[in-house]
Amino acid sequence: MTFEPLIAQLQTRDRSEESGCVVDDGLCPDWIVDNFDRYVDPFWQHVFLTVTPVLIGFVIAFSLALLAHRRSWLVGPIASVTGTLYTIPSVAFFFLLQPITGLGNTTAIVALVCYTLLIIFRNVITGLAAVPEEAKDAARGMGLTDRQMLWRVELPLALPEILAGVRIATTTTVGLAALAFLAGGGGLGQELDQDPFFKSNVVVAGGLCILLAALLDLIILTIQRFTTGWQRAAA
Amino acid sequence: MNTTLAFLGQFGGAIEFIFEERESVGGGVQVGGLGEIGELTATHLLVSAVAVVVACAISIPIGLYLGHKGRGEFAAISVSNVGRAVPAIVLLFFFIAFVGNGFTNVCIVLILLAIPPILTNTYVGVRQVQPDIVDAARGMGMTGPQIVRRVRLPLAMPTIFAGIRTSAVSVLATATIGTFANLQTLGEPILVPQQYGFEGALGAAIVVALITVAADAGIGLMQRAVTPKGIKLAEEPQFKQKRLSLPTRRREAST
Repeated sequence: MTFEPLIAQLQTRDRSEESGCVVDDGLCPDWIVDNFDRYVDPFWQHVFLTVTPVLIGFVIAFSLALLAHRRSWLVGPIASVTGTLYTIPSVAFFFLLQPITGLGNTTAIVALVCYTLLIIFRNVITGLAAVPEEAKDAARGMGLTDRQMLWRVELPLALPEILAGVRIATTTTVGLAALAFLAGGGGLGQELDQDPFFKSNVVVAGGLCILLAALLDLIILTIQRFTTGWQRAAA
Repeated sequence: MNTTLAFLGQFGGAIEFIFEERESVGGGVQVGGLGEIGELTATHLLVSAVAVVVACAISIPIGLYLGHKGRGEFAAISVSNVGRAVPAIVLLFFFIAFVGNGFTNVCIVLILLAIPPILTNTYVGVRQVQPDIVDAARGMGMTGPQIVRRVRLPLAMPTIFAGIRTSAVSVLATATIGTFANLQTLGEPILVPQQYGFEGALGAAIVVALITVAADAGIGLMQRAVTPKGIKLAEEPQFKQKRLSLPTRRREAST
């Protein structure tokens, strides 16, 4: 049956052979150092579960936003569909998809992609809407076609807002991916769930989650700095 | 019922689980049915409502004060950034390991989750009230507290409610995993499938999804109701800002 992996998760790790601190579910630096290896694979799995959905979500949301940019009547419907998807709790979503996509990475990634759509779509649209009319006028005056204007003037000016959306989507996805083990996706959430009362385990797995969110945030922030040099030049 | 819902496959079974009792997978116990689902839903809603109300009681006054005085901008904005970086589930597991299980602990986790959006949105909502309007109010002889109560608060209402909406949705979602902390919410059938079966998990997932979408829509209507008429007339936004949206995000982003 579909829920076999969940039953397997219930077997908590056997730590009865270990020293006092570990048996007492304490916070043990020695244990953390000795057992850090076991978190490496789940960590990379978590990275995969974050980066893939954000990339796929970006491609979809960005295309939708470009589509809706010139046809503003599309903005409302797209925002409400992606908004509804965004509202459905992730735990529920991981289960609702299982009859269709089965247990595994696909389900996890499909659900996580859905959560990135609203955030990125909204930011691309607001970014494009905030481009000053003068800049567009100047571009038109220079003889740029609509398409040229979009790629050379509007999108570069909207870039900070777009990247801000990607940042929010990324940190949100790190958190949601921690529940992806419910869909059979593994990741750091599975480590948390396997031994929830052992403080060392919770601190390492949870800490890595937070660290990953902060790290990815910093990376995108750096990209933002590099790609929007003219902002600093103007300031 | 079996035959009518058969074409829906597992979804049919899930819907049946919501309405009719059945024997648990392990045997011996009756699970599902409107009775149990109703009880789980009641706990789910209770813990979520308490959390959102307490979070409002804490963050709205602080947000109003900071916003009115124009102080603590960094704190008010970064609280939401930090809130996003610490996933709900990580916070919950920290509590399970270090503090313990039960209603109160889950409630505290949910309150901590609900505070950042409400606080940030209150602050932003108050700050974005045009200085001219505040000047006019002062010119009419209003005192500081009067300005907050009669000018800033009503004008900030839509933004504050957007924050409450964001919080309510994430609180309802997170109450599901309250089951990890031994609180019998709708997460119970989802996270204990060896008793409830896959159809039970799916049934509860449907209920959770419906509740959340309904709450989101309900608070959306309230948001519209509390928006002062003047604002509604002044701006017909071409892009309706959904939850999570902070009007200042553009500024916040480049810092």
